[in-house]
Amino acid sequence: MEKTVNLATVSPSTPLPRALKRQKERHGPQKELKKWDEFEDMLEERRHFSDLKYAMKCYTPTVYKGLCPCKPDKIKRCVLKSEEVQYIIKQISKETHESTDIIQEEASVILDEMAHKLRLGAIRFFAFSLSKVFKRIYKKVCVNEEGIQRLQRAIQEHPVVLLPSHRSYIDFLMLSYVLYTYDLPVPVIAAGMDFLGMKLVGELLRMSGAFFMRRTFGGNKLYWTVFSEYVKTMLRNGYAPVEFFLEGTRSRSAKTLTPKLGLLNIVMEPFFKREVFDTYLVPISISYDRPLEETLYAHELLGVPKPKESTTGLLKARKVLNENYGSIHVYFGEPLSLRSIANGKMSRGPYNLVPRHIPQKPSEDMHAFVSHVAYKLELLQIQNMVLNPWNLVATVFLQNLPRMDFDILVKKTVWLKDLTQTFGGFLIWPDNIAADEVIHSSLLLHSNIVNFNKDQVILKEESEEPGTAEGLVFQHITILMCVAYRNQLLNIFVRPSFVAISLQMTPGFRKEDIYSCFDFLRDVFSDEFIFFPGNALKDFEEGCYLLTKNETIQVTPQDILVTDKGDTVVSFLALLFKPFVEGYRIICQYLQKEENEGFTEKQYLTGIRNYNYCLLQSGESECYELLSSDMHKNALAALVRLGAVSKNKVNDEYTYKVNDEAIIKLEEMLGAKIPIGKPVTARL
Amino acid sequence: MAEAAASAAADGAGCGSGSSLERERERVCAGRRLRVLSGHLQGRAPAAALVLNECRGRAPAAAPAAPPPAAPESSSIPKKRQELMKWNGWGYNDSKFIINKKGQIEFTGKRYPLSGMVLPTFREWLQNVLGLNLDQRTTSKASLNASDVPPSVVKEDFLDDLKETSISYSQEADDRVFRAHGHCLHEIYLLREGIFQRIPDIVLWPKCHDDVVKIVDLACKYNLCIIPFGGGTSVSSGLSCPVDEKRTIVSLDTSQMNRILWVDEHNLTAHVEAGITGQELERQLKESGYCTGHEPDSQEFSTVGGWVSTRASGMKKNIYGNIEDLVVHIKMVTPKGVIEKSCQVPRMSTGPDIHHFILGSEGTLGVVTEATIKIRPVPEYQKYGSVAFPNFERGVACLREIAKQRCAPASIRLMDNMQFQFGLALKPQVSSIFTSFLDGLKKFYITKFKGFDPNQLSVATLLFEGDREKVLQHEKQVYDIAAKFGGLAAGEDNGQRGYLLTYVIAYLRDLGLEHYVLGESFETSAPWDRVIDLCRNVKERIAKECKEKGVQFSPLSTCRVTQTYDAGACIYFYFAFNYRGISDPLTVFEETEAAAREEILANGGSLSHHHGGSQVESILQILKDHINVSYFFIVPMAVYKFYLAVI
Ligand SMILES: Cc1cc2nc3c(=O)[nH]c(=O)nc-3n(C[C@H](O)[C@H](O)[C@H](O)COP(=O)(O)OP(=O)(O)OC[C@H]3O[C@@H](n4cnc5c(N)ncnc54)[C@H](O)[C@@H]3O)c2cc1C
Repeated sequence: MEKTVNLATVSPSTPLPRALKRQKERHGPQKELKKWDEFEDMLEERRHFSDLKYAMKCYTPTVYKGLCPCKPDKIKRCVLKSEEVQYIIKQISKETHESTDIIQEEASVILDEMAHKLRLGAIRFFAFSLSKVFKRIYKKVCVNEEGIQRLQRAIQEHPVVLLPSHRSYIDFLMLSYVLYTYDLPVPVIAAGMDFLGMKLVGELLRMSGAFFMRRTFGGNKLYWTVFSEYVKTMLRNGYAPVEFFLEGTRSRSAKTLTPKLGLLNIVMEPFFKREVFDTYLVPISISYDRPLEETLYAHELLGVPKPKESTTGLLKARKVLNENYGSIHVYFGEPLSLRSIANGKMSRGPYNLVPRHIPQKPSEDMHAFVSHVAYKLELLQIQNMVLNPWNLVATVFLQNLPRMDFDILVKKTVWLKDLTQTFGGFLIWPDNIAADEVIHSSLLLHSNIVNFNKDQVILKEESEEPGTAEGLVFQHITILMCVAYRNQLLNIFVRPSFVAISLQMTPGFRKEDIYSCFDFLRDVFSDEFIFFPGNALKDFEEGCYLLTKNETIQVTPQDILVTDKGDTVVSFLALLFKPFVEGYRIICQYLQKEENEGFTEKQYLTGIRNYNYCLLQSGESECYELLSSDMHKNALAALVRLGAVSKNKVNDEYTYKVNDEAIIKLEEMLGAKIPIGKPVTARL
Repeated sequence: MAEAAASAAADGAGCGSGSSLERERERVCAGRRLRVLSGHLQGRAPAAALVLNECRGRAPAAAPAAPPPAAPESSSIPKKRQELMKWNGWGYNDSKFIINKKGQIEFTGKRYPLSGMVLPTFREWLQNVLGLNLDQRTTSKASLNASDVPPSVVKEDFLDDLKETSISYSQEADDRVFRAHGHCLHEIYLLREGIFQRIPDIVLWPKCHDDVVKIVDLACKYNLCIIPFGGGTSVSSGLSCPVDEKRTIVSLDTSQMNRILWVDEHNLTAHVEAGITGQELERQLKESGYCTGHEPDSQEFSTVGGWVSTRASGMKKNIYGNIEDLVVHIKMVTPKGVIEKSCQVPRMSTGPDIHHFILGSEGTLGVVTEATIKIRPVPEYQKYGSVAFPNFERGVACLREIAKQRCAPASIRLMDNMQFQFGLALKPQVSSIFTSFLDGLKKFYITKFKGFDPNQLSVATLLFEGDREKVLQHEKQVYDIAAKFGGLAAGEDNGQRGYLLTYVIAYLRDLGLEHYVLGESFETSAPWDRVIDLCRNVKERIAKECKEKGVQFSPLSTCRVTQTYDAGACIYFYFAFNYRGISDPLTVFEETEAAAREEILANGGSLSHHHGGSQVESILQILKDHINVSYFFIVPMAVYKFYLAVI
């Protein structure tokens, strides 16, 4: 059993200056002291007992109290017969003059394409083979069993939606595997259609509960209705927990992606319409020491096209079996009762005055609420994501490229460890082992990224295997891999760091000015990091609170002052996020200089990549972050949101146009050449 | 209710006193003579018809040849109500649940089919379902302590004027307390455990319309507040006195205005005084072969005026309609005069229907003094029935289909499983009609052969009325539909018992209150497609709220679909919980009830189908805000019940 030490609660031992004390008191009761459950290694038992017996065990999962047991076929029939689907069929028939039979047939085809065929046999097959694979490639698969118990209770009470973080394809296999092991019902999982490209795998996944959704519905009413009715039917009947990924896709950069609201909307609807009494939403955090897709992601981010998921592709992955991927931590968060979250937040009007089967565009209220819930869930996911020593090592190392002394690395990593724990990071660090050993072993696990040579840690510059894609600098791949590991830290660090950057960017110490800057940064980077919509002040206060806690700053009624010992922390934090500020600034620069009227996203993506490439080569910039196409996309979205770029639809294609004045201003603000506008709030 | 039971069980245990029967017959004869007479006069000399409306005993000497109806001064409801009815609970003094020497629960009295019977399994059921322990008794007041009661504040000059009218009145504590409440749980709880902060200052017993006119005039003159009091069965706090009301509060008890003034057999209407109770009205009409068919569960005590004021609904509304369908004419005294239509016609199209403002106005606009109500010949044949469904959902689907085909019997009610079990638990020791549903072969048949789960099963009770042939035909039609939804005919007895229990349940609350259990019923109406969700969610919400509020035993929350309509249904809930270990049970109760109502609204249901409610104020406010009210009669009545003070 691993001990997880919670350090969010550690308080400074030296007496606090008065002003600080006040601050502390003010924040004290606000900030919940986070305690995490303990982890249990699931593989432990697998290593000692027969996998076959385990796969053939008597499996009688606890089920929803209101369950009406039925076969996958019956669900399909229910969906086709449902008033919702029938209504749309009639409507389309009226519009297109097509007979309802034909449309009904179409609906049936859609349903066949998407529906799962959950079979116990397939689950047992996976249970057996995954046991073999997992034991081979993972050291441990850790699960918080208290979370499992909470989930077990929740499943009996109300329909359950499982919302895991998404860092790897392993996520959903792993989750079903865990649930099977603990005698909980295996979920039905919303998966992308791309899997269906892989014939065999697709069908296998189908039989283990995956159902498939097209990535774009393109306004296809019939598809949308059939799909959402399918999901809702399973949810209402309590057929099985419904699982999907709020982030929509695997995050290549390991930062949590902003939530997609479509499916969340669907699973919340039965409650809104009171077809169910309540629905539990369960945030689940799955953290990998080393995701299988590690290098693949780096390639993708560099813009090398994503290989189609194909069976052969997966089989090639056989070499995977000879690798060591460290451990996995699966943390089941507290099930959230949708009813409790909605309490007082939703006016009941909309569904009372129209028959429930008639589709309605969600009101603004409703939309805001769904988004509120989505962010809340993602923040909870983040809170329970496990950080490991390597995340810290990668962070330190990235600030000291391309090589550094091992001793210094250890020293700085240990320093960062304390900081991470102060900021409430869920860090798993074996305290019974000496720090240099801990770090050493994590270097070994990631020997594909760094070499350890004569007391020096060196970034790998050459691939060990031939066949690196053309035009790529191998180093860029290793750097982006490091970046991904560091990124896992950023979610925890973003608030205090933005305060730190604001301190640097703002002339003077006035709290108001610093807050304006903070608010500005938060706004600009809200596609990069997860912030609760609205409520910038709360984020600011949290950032300040964390910094006061370790005596980095001192907050007085008017000013924010950096303490003497605080300088190091402030500069470290600022440096941590500098690549983002710098990256966005360069993008502004590029758009100003290079792009002409009406460019497309594709043009922009290639353009900025080349632009950055040149800068890197000429040594004008060291912003390796900007290699990541993730940042390119996020920045474009942010610029559109901020009005610095306008987006227009011309002949089914979006084109963009730069607003020169705004982009220049933005660039100057990011470069701290001009102060950030007027204070936003007087209430500070 | 008792009536229905009695007639069905053919044992005719009425509740009027035997000696009055003779006089009644006399009165009916006199009435009939009069009817003939006024029939002759009608149209030509309408004033003659009015003769009838004169107060009895005070009719002018120059009365027409026929004497006025010889109604007894003391009607079925005495002025001293507490002599007949419980001062701190439901119903007649002689009828209540007690624990007999053997420790069994027994229902006393002679009025109801269940009266005098022992219920051997009920104790255990209460223990299991509510954790109710009959050995633990609450210590509530045995009788009213007059010195606790707020004093009567009445101006002398008003009293002087009042005396001149010779309208009888009382300022005694027990009379005033009796009229300070209806039958909401919190009212009864307060009666038993404390006392109201504000009660009427004086009780008045007008005998006729003219008396009411006089009272209202006096109220205007002295700036008094009037609260009309009919049967006192209100469950919407419509009778409770606002604590901060500074004016003298007059309780206008209509019990002495209880005559049938005339019956028009041609148009099938009866003109009655507003204080007549449902039971009395039906009894008297029956003698001449008629009925109104309006049977709210409270009909023993509730009155025509109360029905009008609360938009009441009767069990057999499928045949006879709700009160709004039944009233043809209403006469109401307001501070500005008397409101009534100029004719007695089935429908009018001359602007908004004034009845629609009066119906449901909860006594805020004026006093209803008389009404003309539709009557029907007493049906030739009545038949009970019941159907068992595998579960509640199937039952609801069946009721929906029956409503769709518009073939609902006079009454059809679908009980959920808990209510069905409840009914079983009330099975008396010896009774032919109370043979248990799940006894013997039938139980085997239903559970083993048909695969019904006794813990899922749901039962519909039916009541058919009409001529024999049609009833039988109708019955077949309904059973055929039921069969399509997996419903099995489950016998007449079960049906009949279902209806009897409805009335007895009202007496149960007092038993609960004596043993740390608070209980209440509430109802709603909802569109068909939401019925199942609403029922499930409301029950679950109650359970959840109770749990969160520290109620140790899970509460009883059960429902039935009690009326069907084209576009929806009426659902009736019972809710009770054991409050041992809770310091402020009333608050827990009120919060839970409020949560249940909130849940109903969130599920697309209404606040009330028939119990009436405190929405009157806001609706009047809407009228005031949205319509140029200076045209409205509701504007200037500053003296009426509290709501009007603000308008
Ligand atoms: C056990 C029980 C069962 C019930 N069952 C039913 C049922 O099946 N269906 C149903 O609809 N209701 C039912 N009710 C509710 C209640 O019986 C009705 O609301 C009934 O109409 C009230 O009549 P009442 O004569 O008792 O009026 P009260 O309770 O005396 O008064 C009700 C309201 O009307 C006003 N009012 C009374 N008389 C007049 C008048 N002459 N002029 C102006 N205002 C007046 C009062 O001020 C008060 O606001 C039940 C109540 C109980 C306790």
